[in-house]
Amino acid sequence: MPFEWVVALRFLREGRLQTALIVGGAAAGVAVVMFITALVNGLQANTIKRVLGTQAHIVIRPIEEVARPQRDAAAGESVAARVEARAQRLRSIDQWRALEPLLDRTPGVVAVSPMVSGPAFALRGDASKSVAVLGIDPARYDRIVAVGEKLVAGAFRLGPDDAVIGKELAKDLGLAVGDRFRLLTAETGTPVTQNFTVTGVVDLGVRDLNRRSVYVAFRTAQTLLALPGGASQIDLKVEDLFGAEELARRLEAQTGLTVESWMRTNEQLLAAINAQNLSTGTIRTFVALIVAVGIASVLVVWVVQKRREIGILRAMGATRERVQRVFLLQGAIVAVVGSLAGSLLATAMIAAFLRLARNADGTPLFDTITLPPWLYVAAIGGALVGGIAAAILPARSAARLDPAQAIRM
Amino acid sequence: MSDPLIELAGIRKVYGRGTDVEVEVLHGIDLAIAPGEFTALVGPSGSGKSTLLNLIGLLEAPTAGSYRFAGRETAALPEREITRLRATSLGFVCQVHHLLPAFTAVENVLMPGLIAHGPVSAERREAARALLGDVGLGDRVDYLPRKLSGGQQQRVAIARALSIAPPLVLADEPTGNLDTHSADDIFALMRRFNETRGTAFLIVTHDPRLARRCDRIVSLVDGRIAGDEPNVRSS
Repeated sequence: MPFEWVVALRFLREGRLQTALIVGGAAAGVAVVMFITALVNGLQANTIKRVLGTQAHIVIRPIEEVARPQRDAAAGESVAARVEARAQRLRSIDQWRALEPLLDRTPGVVAVSPMVSGPAFALRGDASKSVAVLGIDPARYDRIVAVGEKLVAGAFRLGPDDAVIGKELAKDLGLAVGDRFRLLTAETGTPVTQNFTVTGVVDLGVRDLNRRSVYVAFRTAQTLLALPGGASQIDLKVEDLFGAEELARRLEAQTGLTVESWMRTNEQLLAAINAQNLSTGTIRTFVALIVAVGIASVLVVWVVQKRREIGILRAMGATRERVQRVFLLQGAIVAVVGSLAGSLLATAMIAAFLRLARNADGTPLFDTITLPPWLYVAAIGGALVGGIAAAILPARSAARLDPAQAIRM
Repeated sequence: MSDPLIELAGIRKVYGRGTDVEVEVLHGIDLAIAPGEFTALVGPSGSGKSTLLNLIGLLEAPTAGSYRFAGRETAALPEREITRLRATSLGFVCQVHHLLPAFTAVENVLMPGLIAHGPVSAERREAARALLGDVGLGDRVDYLPRKLSGGQQQRVAIARALSIAPPLVLADEPTGNLDTHSADDIFALMRRFNETRGTAFLIVTHDPRLARRCDRIVSLVDGRIAGDEPNVRSS
């Protein structure tokens, strides 16, 4: 073993109590940081999962139609025009079939699903309910919003005359799987009706969606909503959830269409998440700082206690740099051992937390709280950097010792 | 006579330079020591013996004068080179208690080699054990210093100083805290290594009885060399 390791390890072994104290401090710090990180990340993932359970990450729509004055004001004149905002009719995305493969190839996009959606009335007997018709290809849409997982009855299967409806709507119209109802639309001004059979009932987790959602086959919706061959929106699922907005802006610039990410449509949620991240970041920074200061102060005392030994080593020909490295190494060793112990502690704390936090029926309350491997790597790496940084000042003061003076004591 | 191992000319040492408490401890020392010489350095307390030893041991730099080690002017050497010289060419036997308390006897003996030549090989470990056997501690190699008597500790210190086979060993009152019997033992040990290995020794001592057993006695009074004469050994 090289000189630095021999001396650092021996000094650590000799000063058992001090070593135990700073290793314990580092372990506690690492455990707290890892626990908080896992907890907050888990709770956030839980919230986001619930929110995004019924939403696409990115939605592409046609640009809104704007009314333009017939004549723009030329230089030196003014035009008195009263421009009314246009009523937005249901339109297809221009060239959406050409856009699809392009989106499929875009890096970061995991799934693409076109949709035709518009307003309609669901009729059964004397009852009529205002609903949203969602025309989709089930296999493709399932990758955006896992409707199949949310079924409470029937199957997520859409033939030309099949419909999958929200459970509130099913209740309102007294529908069960196999029952028939009618959809009425009036996109062209003339009412159109078509009969449908309920093949599945879903619980989307949001009452309003459960009351209004009617999933039908893509082509059926095209006919129903008078958009033959068209698609009123394209839903995307992305790899990096928090990169969605950036990707949306890029796609908007590329396509000239209206592109909205979940981050834009859930700004308040995002603001809350950011505030949470900021506060946990602050806590983490301070915990790390306190641990580093603790390690540094113990090492400072250590250097003072070891002055004579350092002097002897210097007299025997150890350079200043090597003495400095001995103490840097001590900081590093303490940090690595401490963070290993701390990550074990954090693992145990998370396990205990998950055991205690359960739903009334005994299922785990938060299944999203995990300690991913990167967190271990980050904790140990961070502790290593912190430990070495904490050791810099003590190590420097050790290196500055004058061997002649240190020996004379 | 062969070229001197060390050669001091006009060495001065001033402490607290430029302050109110400026003190000149050494006022121009001229001294040469040949390879293999066994020299006593005597003098009353405060005469500058330890300071001179620190200068020769390259732990401190002189304020003025020339110090040549094996023909090289040390003032011209960078700190790294000075440290390397200490690691490879000088052995120290200080007053008692200058072993590393956290390391066993054999580890203390191995330390200079570890510093000078890197990780310890099995042969070096064997050689260190043999050296401890030579100083009569073959059965205590794995003892921590605090488990050893003062005389035994000093034997470890001598073994340590000799472990890298330096041409010169500097001993600062090596028998200072020992009883007469142990002091004689330690002294005889140094003498033996001097004779068998040709290592030069410079021994600071208060004990005139021991000084008389050296080949040469240099006496220092008030920072000046007051006497330097070969000694016809009494024993």
